[in-house]
Amino acid sequence: MPVRVLFLGQLADLAGTGEISVPAPLDWDGLLRSVPAAVAERLPAETVKLACAGQVLADKISLCAMDGDEVALLPPVSGG
Amino acid sequence: MRDIRLIDRPFIPGTLIDPFTQANPGLGGVCTFVGEVRAEGGVEALELTHYEPLTLPGMNALADRACARFDLMGLLMVHRIGMIRPGEPIVCVSAAARHRRDAIDTVDFVMDHLKSAAWFWKREKRANGWHWIEPRAEDHADLARWKMPHPE
Repeated sequence: MPVRVLFLGQLADLAGTGEISVPAPLDWDGLLRSVPAAVAERLPAETVKLACAGQVLADKISLCAMDGDEVALLPPVSGG
Repeated sequence: MRDIRLIDRPFIPGTLIDPFTQANPGLGGVCTFVGEVRAEGGVEALELTHYEPLTLPGMNALADRACARFDLMGLLMVHRIGMIRPGEPIVCVSAAARHRRDAIDTVDFVMDHLKSAAWFWKREKRANGWHWIEPRAEDHADLARWKMPHPE
């Protein structure tokens, strides 16, 4: 099973889609290569978080998504 | 009594608050805040997106912290998601406690956290299209108030 990569908030606008499928395993460098350039530019920013399998990663660079994992790209929240 | 949820359609706060109050017999005070989408600045609609694995668990974690910090009998935290029209309620937080200060402070605490630290992304539709919203500086300052040392 591939890794499902989800774009939240304004990152979905930049990506032009809500999600893409990427072959597993997926690490940080692989993620940067897989997403549209406009999104890849934003990902290193401290305000952009990454969740893998439902957990926010303390260190994005440590991403290691396996078969069937969902990776969510989380831009700064707007709050409720 | 704890009721934490996301709702994807319009709701009438009274239909949530009345049963919540009834479910906490013996309370000394109940404090409720209802936030609505402002009808100003040409806003035609607000769209709230969330991320299922984080948003509701995050609201539950916030409820845990409120319960640890204040002496509460019950907490209601309901947030809209999806497309919301001006004048519609977007959030309803109600706290029941033995004493008023715990009820009032809980609602203040929960709202400050929901406003700038919850997993929601919001955009407004105006005549010239959609615009993403970020928390205002005041929202961050409101949240910072709760980070000061307090007896726990």
